[in-house]
Amino acid sequence: MTRLMAFLAALTAALFLASLAIGPAAATLSQSLTALIWGDGTPLTLIMREIRLPRALLAVAIGASLGLAGAAMQGYLRNPLAEPGLIGVSSSAALGAVLSLQTGFAATFAMALPLSALSAALVGVLLVLTLAGSRGASMTLILAGIAISAMAGALTSLALNLSPNPYAAHEVVFWMMGSLADRSMLHVTLAVPIMALGWLMLASLGRGLDALTLGEDAAASMGINLKRLRLMLVLGTSCVVGAATAVAGAIGFVGLVVPHMLRPFVGGRPSRLLWASAVGGAAMVLAADIAVRLILPERDLKLGVVMALIGAPLFLHLIYKTRKELA
Amino acid sequence: MNVCTDQLAMLLADEGQLLSVSSLAYDKRTSAMVEEAQGYIPNTGRAEEVFLLKPDLVIAGTYTARAAVTMLERLNIKVVTIAPASSLKEVRARILDVGAALGQTERAEALAAEFDAGLAALQPDPNARKPRAALYGANGYTVGSQTLSGEMLTAAGFINIATEMGLTHGGTLPLELLALAAPEVVITSQPYPGASRSEAVPRHPVVARMQAQAVSSKMNDGDWLCGTPFVLRAIKNLARHRERLDK
Repeated sequence: MTRLMAFLAALTAALFLASLAIGPAAATLSQSLTALIWGDGTPLTLIMREIRLPRALLAVAIGASLGLAGAAMQGYLRNPLAEPGLIGVSSSAALGAVLSLQTGFAATFAMALPLSALSAALVGVLLVLTLAGSRGASMTLILAGIAISAMAGALTSLALNLSPNPYAAHEVVFWMMGSLADRSMLHVTLAVPIMALGWLMLASLGRGLDALTLGEDAAASMGINLKRLRLMLVLGTSCVVGAATAVAGAIGFVGLVVPHMLRPFVGGRPSRLLWASAVGGAAMVLAADIAVRLILPERDLKLGVVMALIGAPLFLHLIYKTRKELA
Repeated sequence: MNVCTDQLAMLLADEGQLLSVSSLAYDKRTSAMVEEAQGYIPNTGRAEEVFLLKPDLVIAGTYTARAAVTMLERLNIKVVTIAPASSLKEVRARILDVGAALGQTERAEALAAEFDAGLAALQPDPNARKPRAALYGANGYTVGSQTLSGEMLTAAGFINIATEMGLTHGGTLPLELLALAAPEVVITSQPYPGASRSEAVPRHPVVARMQAQAVSSKMNDGDWLCGTPFVLRAIKNLARHRERLDK
């Protein structure tokens, strides 16, 4: 466990440095870091502090958020297919963000944008849990997710098409696929406080989720308050997914791939998986964000494209494995 | 049916000769002649509504609603298509083209001569310092010097950094490269209402920081978009910005 955590932390740190070093402006890693830390007043300092640092910080925060949310939902529903992107929570959050941007509500006060996305994510989570039930059978869970994703996606497109802004309609892809291009420190300050709140809530679930592996009755007899557990899960997921989506669009599959890859290393204990998935998610999103910059540096290749290319085959594999339950 | 030809037609047509202009002619961000447009019927470029106006002649841009334009041609309405001006020289040609289509050759020649004289009068002092500038639009799109906007920038006495990057017509310039090029002036466009991520790029803190250090200017109001005599006004404003830089 400690060896796993040390490995993941080292990987994340290495990827963080790589993320800071890669960009269209050519500079060596040591030049970049000097400009970042000591600020010599050159354009490189501006680039490092205002463009690359916020991008790398957001990748870490968003990756940790999505990994944590995926691990928590899978632990609660005891279903490896539960993931914020697949079950429509991310697309609900995107709808909330788009509505608040296009109506001008986002401009009314600083936190309006992430809070709108959070509220919409909350509606999404509650809808999924109501439709799928707390046992989280695969069939109802996936069907509910498809329905909510489709509905939220359609309303997002509608809102962007109705916008008086001629560019807005082209941005459906951003909201559905997600990207970290051209984000600034402003986005970090908007998203991180709400994400941090969500991290605290989700991290507190460990003991409850461990107990829940023995079944609901056993967990209740061990003194776990299931109502409170559920409330923290719903609120925590909404906070992290809402804040992440508000600044970077809906990035799917992180919460599916990361817990799946790490589960064998933590002995199936949900509490350990929470921590491992948070760090692993950060590494995953950093790596994917580096990949979009290396594959097509000229174009704004969406982060969600890379994540879906990694995640969708795994999703198919998981469905194949659970097909007995589905049949 | 096109906001650029609309404005040329409004400048050249006889009273009663022009019936309708596109709805974009009523938007300050795209048209320099919002007030003049008040007397005409707005159209949104659909074949049906233009046909019902029973025009003898339709003036459209090369890229204006192609389907509607071919439909009108099939309905035996005479359509003249006029390509957008991509240089200051072409502005002159477009004035004459629209004049010819409207049978107002004399008036068009007078306007073209006036345009030539205005442009000549704006020639910057050859000894003046040429500051480096960037035109930076939505999605980080920058305009090269072989375009109308690029020629306007040069005419106002600036050096376009897109040329240093080897972009003759324009292209996407990542924020990082813009910051590295460190132009003295970054000219951005006026954002549309509603919000968009594309327009957030030229409003990134990096650009704001660069603009705070110099006199900034906004482009893309009606004067910039079309090859009409109003480009002279935009050049004059730009040149005034340049002069203020050195004070």
